[in-house]
Amino acid sequence: MGKTLAEKIIGEHAAGEVKAGQIVLARVDVCLTQDGTGPLAVRQLEKLGLEKLANPKRTVLFLDHSVPASRKELADDHQTLRNFAKKTGANLSEVGMGICHTVINEEYVNPGDIMIGADSHTCTGGALCAFATGMGSTDVAIGMALGKTWLRVPETFKIVVNGEFPLGVFPKDLILHLIGMIGADGATYKALEWHGETIEKMDMEGRLTLSNMAVEAGAKAGLIPSDETTRRYLEEMGRGGKFREIKPDPDAEYERVIEIDVSQLTPVVSFPHAVDNTRIIDEAKGEKINQVFLGTCTNSRVGDWEVVANIVRGKKKHPNVRFIAVPGSVQIQKEVIRRGYYQTLLDFGAMIMPPGCGPCVGVYGGILGSGEKCLATMNRNFRGRMGNPEGFIYLASPATVAATAIAGEIADPREYEAELKAVGKKVVVPVTKAVKKVAKKKKAKEKAVKKARAKKKAKRAVRKKPVRRATTKRRVKKVAKRKVAKKKAAKRTMAKKRVKRTAKRTRRR
Amino acid sequence: MLFKGKVFKFGDDISTDHIAPGRLFHLRSNLPELAKHVLEDADPTFASRVKPGDFVVGGKNFGLGSSREHAPTIIELAGVSAVLAKSFARIFYRNAINVGLPVLICDTDRINDGDELEVDLEQGYVKDLTNGEEMKFDPLPPVMIKILNDGGLVAHIQKHGDFKLD
Repeated sequence: MGKTLAEKIIGEHAAGEVKAGQIVLARVDVCLTQDGTGPLAVRQLEKLGLEKLANPKRTVLFLDHSVPASRKELADDHQTLRNFAKKTGANLSEVGMGICHTVINEEYVNPGDIMIGADSHTCTGGALCAFATGMGSTDVAIGMALGKTWLRVPETFKIVVNGEFPLGVFPKDLILHLIGMIGADGATYKALEWHGETIEKMDMEGRLTLSNMAVEAGAKAGLIPSDETTRRYLEEMGRGGKFREIKPDPDAEYERVIEIDVSQLTPVVSFPHAVDNTRIIDEAKGEKINQVFLGTCTNSRVGDWEVVANIVRGKKKHPNVRFIAVPGSVQIQKEVIRRGYYQTLLDFGAMIMPPGCGPCVGVYGGILGSGEKCLATMNRNFRGRMGNPEGFIYLASPATVAATAIAGEIADPREYEAELKAVGKKVVVPVTKAVKKVAKKKKAKEKAVKKARAKKKAKRAVRKKPVRRATTKRRVKKVAKRKVAKKKAAKRTMAKKRVKRTAKRTRRR
Repeated sequence: MLFKGKVFKFGDDISTDHIAPGRLFHLRSNLPELAKHVLEDADPTFASRVKPGDFVVGGKNFGLGSSREHAPTIIELAGVSAVLAKSFARIFYRNAINVGLPVLICDTDRINDGDELEVDLEQGYVKDLTNGEEMKFDPLPPVMIKILNDGGLVAHIQKHGDFKLD
């Protein structure tokens, strides 16, 4: 019988072939924790006396939820993780480097990997065709130490997406639409597997958004077959050698097949306090908003900033709206600065926080006042999520956030047709050492060319000595001309002064 | 194991933000303190009213959202003997077993707030002593029964030195 992506990848990491429903022990390739879940993982390992990690090079501890530390208790938690990294050789992603799910996919995850993370949005890695899933601190701690975990091989929902996105409709709208359709528990314990021409054409940024929100339908993973787009992304991230094409078998068994035609979609907004409480934009328009937020592991990439920058460029933010923007990683931050989007957002009136989770977790920064409403590019809008149980959170795409920031109320981004048409083809963020290497090489080459040119010039100059006399003659002529001009100018100013003086005198009389 | 206690009934979709909100992030390394706020955003009076042995009863999709293991941990620390719901979110379910908190799937529509409940983990039944309703709950997968019987995942690994699934 054919295998789904989940069955294939888990099978490669377990003893022998696996089938949905089976419980297996599987090898783990990548482990991640963050500052909210990592300290508990460290304490569990201390309890067990397990100090050695199975694979420290692919264990990453992120400081991203409270950055820079907002309280002494959290600063101490950061210390715990720093010390643990030093002791075990695990990688530490410092405050300001970015969100775990953004950075881990930029730098660590490869197709065919199993990744477990002490954060529910670990499923983002499915965009690179890794079986990536969120677990608790203890499960991840044991995975870090023993290099394995137990898994129930999930049944799979096949999501087939066809058609072209209408202008102003994005992958974020697609995933909100799907969750609205199947419900926040519609895929509990299942894996989602994305197929169809729309997914094949979709860039990596869009795919990361889709996989990121799999957990909001209850799913264990959100997998996308690896293809040319995956290869290109990995190459740009400096690990093209890690590319592997993984596709499900044509006769794989799916529990459910869902077909979506995106050409029929409109922008979608999730209303408080549930992700599956979705409305199409026409039913959402007009809702007054106090704060908008561009950021989180769902939508904080260069392409998201580009869409927002294009819509808000040269316009004025509505005075009743606060606009918070947070780039997903420091590499993204540098790139949006280089491309000018950062400046555009500042000019528009946005406030920009350092790379990290920002206001999404309600730890600090951007906490809502009682009764206030926020439209965000986040992935969940549960009561109390942004630090105040009396606040109201609405979810949408970056484009809808931009349109809303201008209007002061939820607005339809499709009204900005010209601005949206101007959005160029999204470029994947150049981030890694490989990219830096290419840039360095380019610079060196340019320098060499300049040097060669200068040398040639010098040689030519030596050869053309006689021409010099002519040049000198010309120069003498020029100097003479300039002298004459100066004299004339002096005469003119003298004349002017004289006229003024006479005028003054006549006035006095 | 036989448990007896009072029911604290909650609705559908109780998220980990309801149970252990992000604004109390700084208490995550001080679990007894965090436990004083357990389920605060669903019912601010719960933490002060719950007594050892009581039950938390939810609707569907209990524990959705974040992977924070602190959520089931503080429910357990508050003395709750088991959580009953029509369905659980995946990560919460797994975390609960790992921290030694029984999570039982049954038709909770038949249980009311304030009822006296009797739960027998071995026999697999729930008895509402107030309205006389009696029902079976779905059995846990064998691997989870093993971890739960050992007293959670840390104790399981301590005991066997590795995962022992069979």
